[in-house]
Amino acid sequence: MNKTITIDGLSVPFQEGQTIMDAALAAGVYIPRLCHNPEFKPHGSCKLCTVKVNGRNVASCTMPAVEGQQVLNDTDELNADRLALTQMLFVEGNHLCPACEKSGNCQLQAVAYYLGMMSPHYNHFYPQREVDASHPDVILDRNRCIYCELCVRASRDADGKNVFGLSGRGIQSSLVVNSASGRLGDTSLAATDKAVQVCPTGAILQKGKGFTVPIGRRVFDHHTIKEIQTGGGHD
Amino acid sequence: MDQPELSDCAQQLTQILTRHGRDASRLLQILRDVQDACHVISAQAIDLIAVHLAVPRVNVEGVAGFYSFLSTRPVGEYQVLFSGNITDQMLGQDELMQYLCNKLWVEPGKVSEDGLVSIAGTSCTGMCDQGPAALVNGWVLTNLDRNRLDLIGELIRSRKPVAEWPPMLFETADNIRRADMLLGDALAPGAAIGAVLARGARETLAEMDKSNLRGRGGAGFKTASKWSFCHAAIVEEEGHVICDVGGPPERVIVCNADEGEPGTFKDRVLLNSYADLVFEGMTVGARVVGASKGFLYLRGEYRYLLNRLEGVLKRRREAGLLGNAILGQADFSFDIEIHLGAGAYICGEESALIESLEGKRGRPRNRPPFPVTHGYQGRPTVVDNVETFACAAKIAEKGGAWFAAMGTAQSTGTKLLSVSGDVASPGIYEYPFGVTVRQVLADCGAEDPYAVQISGPSGTCVSWKEFDRCIAFEDIPTAGAFMVFSRKRDVFDAVRNFTHFFAHESCGFCTPCRVGTALQQKIIDKIHGGHGTLSDLEELKRLGHLLKTMSHCGLGSSAANPVLDVLAKFPDAFEHKLAGLAFEPAFDLDGALETARKITGRDDEWAHL
Amino acid sequence: MTERQIRLATCSLAGCFGCHMSFLDIDERLFDLVELIEFDRTPLTDIKHCGPCDVGIVEGGVCNAENVHVLKEFRKNCKVLVAIGACAINGGLPSLRNNIDLWDCFQEVYQYEGGLEGGVVPNDPELPLPFDKVHPIYEVVKVDYFLPGCPPSGDAIWRFLTDLLAGREPKLEYEQLHFD
Repeated sequence: MNKTITIDGLSVPFQEGQTIMDAALAAGVYIPRLCHNPEFKPHGSCKLCTVKVNGRNVASCTMPAVEGQQVLNDTDELNADRLALTQMLFVEGNHLCPACEKSGNCQLQAVAYYLGMMSPHYNHFYPQREVDASHPDVILDRNRCIYCELCVRASRDADGKNVFGLSGRGIQSSLVVNSASGRLGDTSLAATDKAVQVCPTGAILQKGKGFTVPIGRRVFDHHTIKEIQTGGGHD
Repeated sequence: MDQPELSDCAQQLTQILTRHGRDASRLLQILRDVQDACHVISAQAIDLIAVHLAVPRVNVEGVAGFYSFLSTRPVGEYQVLFSGNITDQMLGQDELMQYLCNKLWVEPGKVSEDGLVSIAGTSCTGMCDQGPAALVNGWVLTNLDRNRLDLIGELIRSRKPVAEWPPMLFETADNIRRADMLLGDALAPGAAIGAVLARGARETLAEMDKSNLRGRGGAGFKTASKWSFCHAAIVEEEGHVICDVGGPPERVIVCNADEGEPGTFKDRVLLNSYADLVFEGMTVGARVVGASKGFLYLRGEYRYLLNRLEGVLKRRREAGLLGNAILGQADFSFDIEIHLGAGAYICGEESALIESLEGKRGRPRNRPPFPVTHGYQGRPTVVDNVETFACAAKIAEKGGAWFAAMGTAQSTGTKLLSVSGDVASPGIYEYPFGVTVRQVLADCGAEDPYAVQISGPSGTCVSWKEFDRCIAFEDIPTAGAFMVFSRKRDVFDAVRNFTHFFAHESCGFCTPCRVGTALQQKIIDKIHGGHGTLSDLEELKRLGHLLKTMSHCGLGSSAANPVLDVLAKFPDAFEHKLAGLAFEPAFDLDGALETARKITGRDDEWAHL
Repeated sequence: MTERQIRLATCSLAGCFGCHMSFLDIDERLFDLVELIEFDRTPLTDIKHCGPCDVGIVEGGVCNAENVHVLKEFRKNCKVLVAIGACAINGGLPSLRNNIDLWDCFQEVYQYEGGLEGGVVPNDPELPLPFDKVHPIYEVVKVDYFLPGCPPSGDAIWRFLTDLLAGREPKLEYEQLHFD
């Protein structure tokens, strides 16, 4: 009863109920992703994990694996489109890597490196977004939010707190927190919450921990996100 | 001043929550009522609602922030929203909106200092055949001109409650110009249900199959297939089968009346004058799939139809056509509840509509699973268009063969077209499928037609060279919009209008649509401002590819259609506007110095670019 | 001396000259480089205007009217234009002010206690007039190549230049491509 799909010609086994991403992860095949974290319910919003199945694009993190699927993943065309999506994320927010404590450990940045992003290409939005430093242990910098909702999912599903949510619509979407004042300090968030740990960018950071790892020893200084995310244990 | 208002709102809030039974799935309906009563959904209101419904505060704030007709910042006591469809613009909407703004001393998009009035634009209100149109506190205003706006300005200034405004301001017409099998002869209430009960559910499904009826919302999925998938769905919850094949009627029938596609207004007419036919079709569907619960999701813009529709439902219940033991059949119970939308085009997408019905942000779900197996609250759910249900009632009454004899092989029956734009007689035209564009244009009195936008911004732009093409799934599928542009129009204006529409209506869930529609709007505006170049056109094509192939749902994947269609069919419309072939800056260099000029008081040579 | 040297110009707009400092960090390889190139306008030569060049390298974003004049002069005169560093590529740290209203910036600089000019906003035409926001250079002129980093390392610059001067498509190693 060995069911398999093929990814770029490689035969990959899967179990009933697994997604293409699940099967790829188990087989050590890298599919670029930002909103997907295997610990949480698939979301399917960043679209970086888009693969081609029988000629049609699908998000691999939400698409169930089906016996015999021919999946194209690491192709020039898909990687060019993924690069464009990454560039969209960069111009949509205010991503100033030199001033960000997450730099070197940031998945958005690392995906950009992996895809060979030399510039954000698109014209910048330079949106006005709020920084919230009201919490004693955690800082929320919305300039760096990419709406992956990992914090939303982690706070809801792992921490049981519902500290985060999305409001607004379209390009005006915004990350909101669970307090009438709208301030993070007035929520029940604790620095030890899973929601604080899962942010792929520098939007949610623990205070007092910035720049503790020197340049050269950070996660993505010498290893690509592909190496890290298929190496196991580092994710 | 503020305190009594707040407590007043708190009191109303309690009443509203009680009225809705503190049911979290009614969150959107609750927020609509709060917005009506308080002209804002305040942080305190969000707190109270969250506590009373026992849902996280962020969920309430998330819903309040999603829908256009809800506002977390105060709007005017009188909120006037001008319909912003291209057909409204062609009828002078921009100038009229400015006229009313000047009259009431308020800037577009802002609230007057005394909090009395706010004036802004909104997406198409579905009154293209009698525009320019607007909404005042959610109630539809039609045929606006300066005289009417003078009157409206006076009514607002004298703080006359909207309920007491002259009824003529709110008059709407059906404008049925051509009727065929659907609009032609009336169905006697109960005739279709009676036929189903006499024939049997399984046999009725066979008739539906024979009719080859395809969904009228535009996608054209075969209705009988959808119904039979739903009928066959088996749902387990916590190890128990809660829905078995043809078993307990835990299924749901949803009528999609979120007619948000700009230029479409045929569902409005069906619901206004043929509501029995629509409800009858839903009841037929309920019997066939085994559903006990039905919803009509009515777009917020059509709230003026709500009382009338509730009246029809009441009458049908009294006549034994809804409720328990329909037409005396002990095992046939079905009722319909109406939910109002609140200004979100995306809720026309079936899974977003279901989210909205559940009181959430209207965000399309990941599929599979599809609504036919996992829809409203996880139940197998059929979501069909208003017109589809109307057709289903006719088929149930008269049989599949009768229906299949009309139209073409792949597109049986008739189609309602909502005709607007540069025509002598805008309104509803019912044709058997297969009618040519040219025929429709002749019948509606099109003036020197140049292009027709069929099925709205997400559909197809048909040029004068293609007028012999026909309306059918085999050729040009359509949800019904048919907007005509004469040769004197600039089709680029339509592209720009549609591009803004998609950026405004993107739900923001996926990257390509959230950012792509906004980037597309920026480039179109750059070209509009006379600063476009050939490289901008290349960028539009590239964005079009990303939107089409990477988006989460149909909104994103069709958001580039107007741009790509017009680029292919009317390249001149773009090229005439280009500043040149070379590079042009992304923003207005001199304009970006204006603030600094004002601050410094400089106007010298070096203060300009 | 080779027969035909490549003419190179560089400048810093709204930047910190950090990329230029990093350029000098190629150290003794500078001797190899000067065999291949001659400098036009750069902070090293103190030439004030850019003449016809093969390559122009621009550091810094565009924050004021003067930046536009310099940038356009570079674009006009340079066959190949390179954006070097985070500021030229996405506005960089100067674009932190994009979140602040320009009037607030002026007030902070000129009008609050301890400010310059005795509390008056200067209107001297000699002073470059600032934009509402800081922009990357590719939003103002067409840019041919990007060399990211804050700053890019000497190694990255060397790799980039040697590729470019040899007529190869510049390509950085993984560890040479970074945004900080």
